[in-house]
Amino acid sequence: MIGESVPRLEDRPLLRGEGRFVADISLPHQLHMRVVRSHAAHGTIESIDATGALAVPGVAAVWTGVDVSDIAPIDFRQVGADQMVPYRQPILAQERVRYVGEPVAVVFATDPYTAEDGAEAVILEVSELAPVLDTTGPLGDFDGRLDTEAYVFTEQTGDVDAAFARAEHVIEAEFGVGRHTGVPLECRGALAVHHRTTQTLEFLGAAKVPFQNRDALAAMLGLPPSRVVLREAHVGGGFGVRGELYPEDVLVALAALRLGRPVKWIEDRHEHLVAANHSRDQRHRLRVATDDSGVIEGLEVEFVSDQGAYVRTHGATVATLAAAMLPGPYRIPNYRVTGRVRLSNKTPAGTYRAPGRYESTFVRERALDAVAAELGVDRAEIRRRNLIAPTEMPFERGIDALGTAVVYDSGKYEMMLDRVLGHIDYPALTWSLAERRAAGELVGLGIGFFVEKSGLGPFAGSRVEVDPSGCVTVTTGEASVGQGFETVMAQICAETLDVGLDRISVVHGQTDQMSYGMGAFASRATVMAGTATHDASLALRQRAIEVAAEMLEANPADLELVDGAVRVAGSPTRAVSLGEVASALGPASPYADGRPGLVTEEWYLTSHMNYPYGLHAGVVALDADTGSLSIERYVIAYDIGRAINPMLVEGQIVGGAAQGFGGALFEDFSYDEIGQPQVTTFMDYLMPTAAEMPELEILLSEDAPSPLNPLGVKGAGEGGTNACGAVIAAAVDDALDRPGAVTSLPITPERLHALCRSSPATA
Amino acid sequence: MTARRAELTLTVNGQPYDVAVEPRKTLADTLREECGLTGTHLGCEHGVCGACTVLVDDEPVRACLMFAVQCSGQAIRTVEGLADGESLHPIQQAFWEHHGLQCGFCTPGFLMLATSVLESRPDIGDEELREVLASNLCRCTGYQNIITSVHSARDQMRS
Repeated sequence: MIGESVPRLEDRPLLRGEGRFVADISLPHQLHMRVVRSHAAHGTIESIDATGALAVPGVAAVWTGVDVSDIAPIDFRQVGADQMVPYRQPILAQERVRYVGEPVAVVFATDPYTAEDGAEAVILEVSELAPVLDTTGPLGDFDGRLDTEAYVFTEQTGDVDAAFARAEHVIEAEFGVGRHTGVPLECRGALAVHHRTTQTLEFLGAAKVPFQNRDALAAMLGLPPSRVVLREAHVGGGFGVRGELYPEDVLVALAALRLGRPVKWIEDRHEHLVAANHSRDQRHRLRVATDDSGVIEGLEVEFVSDQGAYVRTHGATVATLAAAMLPGPYRIPNYRVTGRVRLSNKTPAGTYRAPGRYESTFVRERALDAVAAELGVDRAEIRRRNLIAPTEMPFERGIDALGTAVVYDSGKYEMMLDRVLGHIDYPALTWSLAERRAAGELVGLGIGFFVEKSGLGPFAGSRVEVDPSGCVTVTTGEASVGQGFETVMAQICAETLDVGLDRISVVHGQTDQMSYGMGAFASRATVMAGTATHDASLALRQRAIEVAAEMLEANPADLELVDGAVRVAGSPTRAVSLGEVASALGPASPYADGRPGLVTEEWYLTSHMNYPYGLHAGVVALDADTGSLSIERYVIAYDIGRAINPMLVEGQIVGGAAQGFGGALFEDFSYDEIGQPQVTTFMDYLMPTAAEMPELEILLSEDAPSPLNPLGVKGAGEGGTNACGAVIAAAVDDALDRPGAVTSLPITPERLHALCRSSPATA
Repeated sequence: MTARRAELTLTVNGQPYDVAVEPRKTLADTLREECGLTGTHLGCEHGVCGACTVLVDDEPVRACLMFAVQCSGQAIRTVEGLADGESLHPIQQAFWEHHGLQCGFCTPGFLMLATSVLESRPDIGDEELREVLASNLCRCTGYQNIITSVHSARDQMRS
């Protein structure tokens, strides 16, 4: 069962229109919330007049900042620090507004259309202040006391100064990645109800990290955590953005408590593009020290992350990951990095698929290409000379990320390089592209290597239970964002219990079903929850055999579990089904002996992440007249350690690549000079469609299983995205025969057109 | 502001639905809230993403850009009408077999778009089909498996 590309358990209701996304759920007597948002990028609030809104029939209440000033700002979930505390976001603006889209008031009404009518009648007066829009420029003022640099950190390993002192070549460069984000097709939403009979607040529409959000909501609202229940419904895509605790989530929960009615909020797309986390938007300046053969001896990087207007739940996660993962698959013995998290008057930022790594892979691989060009060494060869060898595993980077030391657990990087170069027939391909360029075409190849990280601990739990009919329920505190979580957990369970997938159901994201959970981020679900489910299934198998041995009066060593039944090896008629074992384990049954039910629970603990890796290679063709770019061919090699369901892994990689291409070519949250967002609809935020996507060639390998978990699995979620920017940029350079031409993303048609016009190849 | 409500009968998947809606209420909201057919999803509400695609007199439309009052007397088809009881429509079946969906949010729109094109042009070629499928947005799959699914359904429905 493990390793088979079985169709998903999740699909039938989704295909039939029977999904239950949060917008699909309603409760009797519910109110609808509409958020009034700041139209100004930066300023002090002079007044908010809700009179007109309150006069709209059907409007039940309007709140502004003063009504919720007793609620603390939203705290950090990850990578927080004391100095960032003042930069957290209040659930409604207090005194100042700091970005267009910031919630300043909320209107509650009996109908969503009426709530919008009410919101339009709220009048916000702002005395505008100069916005900060360029975080590489002078720092601005945050609140009259603090400036806009929220956090600075330096990490280093080795002796960087000595490496530069003895270097034979030093290359300096600056690179930047634009502002784009996850943009799931389902906007955010929430529905909360306060059950007075049980004094329980129930919150539907949770995603990603329901347990951590339960704890955060309970703390903010002054409720016992056990009286706050978060429930995940179907989730229409996550990508890191969805499921973080946002102001709107807290407002919905608070309103359900205070107004005594269920409260529902469904975001619209315009709101999503100015209110949900943005991401990326980093500028890096670096120096690379190499010897004469191109071996990198030292790397020094300083970068700025444009955090937007507030530091949200992620704290400094993105910058920390960018710093820690920047050296990638290369040895780089001496490395120093300084990251600066700076605020601007833009929508706040958080994580997005391959957070920090999309950026740092772009920077690193651009730097490798620059070294190759400077030294006149082939681009594949320069990478080969710097790759960490399998004999160096586990490889300690000497840097921490997310509270754990970066230690690459396994990897056969050069083997992957050779596989990809063989697959594309590198010498023939480079020759044919050169021929085509000589004939006047603008075609080029890029390659980009990366190391990903997955399986963030410290824990995941799984409970496996068989009912008297033989149906199996796997319950975890982890979460699904639509990636196939249920199928993967069921496959892992089925492998051990030898039951059909149709007999297994998987429960996730329900905070009253487990005591602890973490969630769906950092490509951790299969590694963490999968291992816990594996362990719990093994324990259940053991338990079933013990009890069956008593029932069958047989020696446990003679029993086997086949097709959902325990039987005596060699005499298959002497058997009891798992359902019969479960039936025999009632609380008063002698078989139970104080352990009623056929149920086991296991917790997988780990203090280290594991590190999948991959290599992208892409060929692009440019049109100098229009600035358009087409991806002629794109290959992604990825080592997953072990694939539970290769079809789903490939689905993750292809989908991830589409998002990577979007960030490389199209997606860009731009602002005008007064901080007005220029990208607030899907006419402006251009995501790849079927017309822009090439047929991807996926080379999935299992050369380097993780030694850190019994299945050997690594995460699949982010490798498809990681190197797209780096590879498209390199391919454009190659097409223009101009190394280093691309220094920032996205390479929009406008920018590409300008590049083409200024390149000798097209002059 | 108690707006006047229009009384009308919508015919959805062959069933009549008597509804009373404000004239400004979109077809998508009406299907979801008045008819209880929540399979039609809203991804942008400005006609770009196509998640709300339904068929009106067999033509694909963005249900977020039509008002319910415009659809009286027309035959509306939604994702809920595709399967025949427990049997999936060949397009649904193909999406299942070829992993043509991940989160499933855009899926109803793609299914209805594919239904309309394969019914009206059963012999459509691969390139044109790709162009048609570029009408809708998906953020999970990278489209590769959606295209494979629709190719497979086309071949299945022709045979």
